[in-house]
Amino acid sequence: MKSQPSIFIRVFRFYYDGFRSMSWWGKKVWIIILIKLFIMFAILKLFFFPDLLRKNYDTDKQRSEYVLDQLINSK
Amino acid sequence: MIDNIDLSLVNWSRAQFALTAIYHWLFVPLTLGLSFIIAFMETIYFKTGNEEWKRMTRFWMTLFGINFAIGVATGIILEFEFGTNWSNYSWFVGDIFGAPLAVEGILAFFLESTFVAVMFFGWEKVSRKFHLISTWLVAVGASLSALWILVANSWMENPVGMIFNPETARNEMISFWAVLFNDVAVDKFLHTISSGFLLASVFVLSISSWYLIKRREEILAKRSILIAGVFGLLSSLLLAYTGDTSARTIARVQPVKFAAFEALYTGGENAGLVAVGLLKDSDKTIGGKTVKDFSFRIEIPGFLSVMTGGSRDVFVPGLNDLIMGNSDKGLLSVTEKMERGKYARQVLTDYKNARAANEVEKVETIREMFRDEGFRENYFRYFGYAFLKTPGEAIPSVPVAFYSFHLMVLLGFFFILLFSVALWLLFRGTLSKSRWYLWIALFSLPLPYIASELGWVLTEMGRQPWIIQDLMPVSAAVSQIGTGSVITTFILFTVLFTLLLVAEVSIMVRQIKSGPKH
Repeated sequence: MKSQPSIFIRVFRFYYDGFRSMSWWGKKVWIIILIKLFIMFAILKLFFFPDLLRKNYDTDKQRSEYVLDQLINSK
Repeated sequence: MIDNIDLSLVNWSRAQFALTAIYHWLFVPLTLGLSFIIAFMETIYFKTGNEEWKRMTRFWMTLFGINFAIGVATGIILEFEFGTNWSNYSWFVGDIFGAPLAVEGILAFFLESTFVAVMFFGWEKVSRKFHLISTWLVAVGASLSALWILVANSWMENPVGMIFNPETARNEMISFWAVLFNDVAVDKFLHTISSGFLLASVFVLSISSWYLIKRREEILAKRSILIAGVFGLLSSLLLAYTGDTSARTIARVQPVKFAAFEALYTGGENAGLVAVGLLKDSDKTIGGKTVKDFSFRIEIPGFLSVMTGGSRDVFVPGLNDLIMGNSDKGLLSVTEKMERGKYARQVLTDYKNARAANEVEKVETIREMFRDEGFRENYFRYFGYAFLKTPGEAIPSVPVAFYSFHLMVLLGFFFILLFSVALWLLFRGTLSKSRWYLWIALFSLPLPYIASELGWVLTEMGRQPWIIQDLMPVSAAVSQIGTGSVITTFILFTVLFTLLLVAEVSIMVRQIKSGPKH
């Protein structure tokens, strides 16, 4: 009797077959998803949306100091 | 420093966040509601074995998949904005935001992502039972992920369960349960998910009506209308109920927002509820701010008092009472709150100076003050008022709050009628012939989107000037970056999201036109 493939192989095949037999709209939305994620993470996040406090300060202590200054130095 | 901040930067940052949140919310409620409608249909298929129900399930699942795929990750942009445009805020909220969002991320990943794949790829590969369970898990998982986002948002309306740590300049959670079961969070979650259920029901009703207008897919359309009609009617009733409980909570927790959305300037017992009204420019000022007054209104006498406190004798404070104070009713004026906020800020300044001078004992004394409930309740809770220049700044835009609230409620009643008529016609067996109704149902499709977005406009604009109620105004939360870069990303987002929306609508329309597979 033939033994069943391992769970990992079955999961891999499940997704592989699923993607291979995908309908036209499925393929289309996957292309949109990939383009969208590329724009979001490779363009927007990288060039337009740095984490400002992480970028400008090295330690949490410095970040705290900065925010504390912002909170108390208004008139 | 904050007082020198460019006002246009604050406004562009707000506009950018509003734009991304509004676009994001075009996708989310349909996912929330349609997942349940699909689960109902598949459950009937599972119970009956009738292939027509399977065909219906797969058809609506396709539309769900398109919406899910286009909308997925659009919310991540909001998180980008927190780090870049709202860095002071992001730091100040500390782990209050981090913890619920982390839970949301894990839930969304494991429940939605895993079981969505089974929903779409698993029809012929897993057992019918496992497939049904996966569909239900996607539905429940979507609502659970929404829960954590709404918990985080509710904390901004009613900051509870935390202590401010002057050492780190962050709020630290002391009670996860207080944050989770915050009164605002419970109401908001139920109200928001029921709005998603309603929106999806109108979506199914509208598309099914189109099939009936075209005399196509009659069985699918009628059965879908039955499911959408029952689910939609129950959801719209739940929505009305949770709207009522939300209003009571807001009246207690955010009385200024409540007075603004009723345009109630002078409070009193036997306060009337404005059913319909129009606002016009006036000479009326409160705390130095000019406000609009009614040119006409139709009022239900005493109903606002009954709605908020259960009796006509209940006093409902108006904006005058809340801004100028009312000692008879124990309401502090905004001027007094500004003084208390400034005191709290002075204590924070003293802390910083003491730490710089290495005065260990003083540092410890002040830290203890921030842990003391008396200081927190009487002074630190008004911290944000220290940033205000005049008491009138504590008033949100009354016309925005008033119109968004009243239009949303009006639409809510319309949906109850829409679903009731659908079910009545269906049970009489005259739905297909009632073309007037089918056209109304078809053209009702944008209305739940409008109502849902108005709800968010009311929530966020009604809370102004605060980003965190009473603790932090938006002007203190914004990062000091170039206005030009915010305008650039605003335009980029407009283009990106519009393209995504066009893609979604065009793929969906094509799929609807081609109909379910035979």
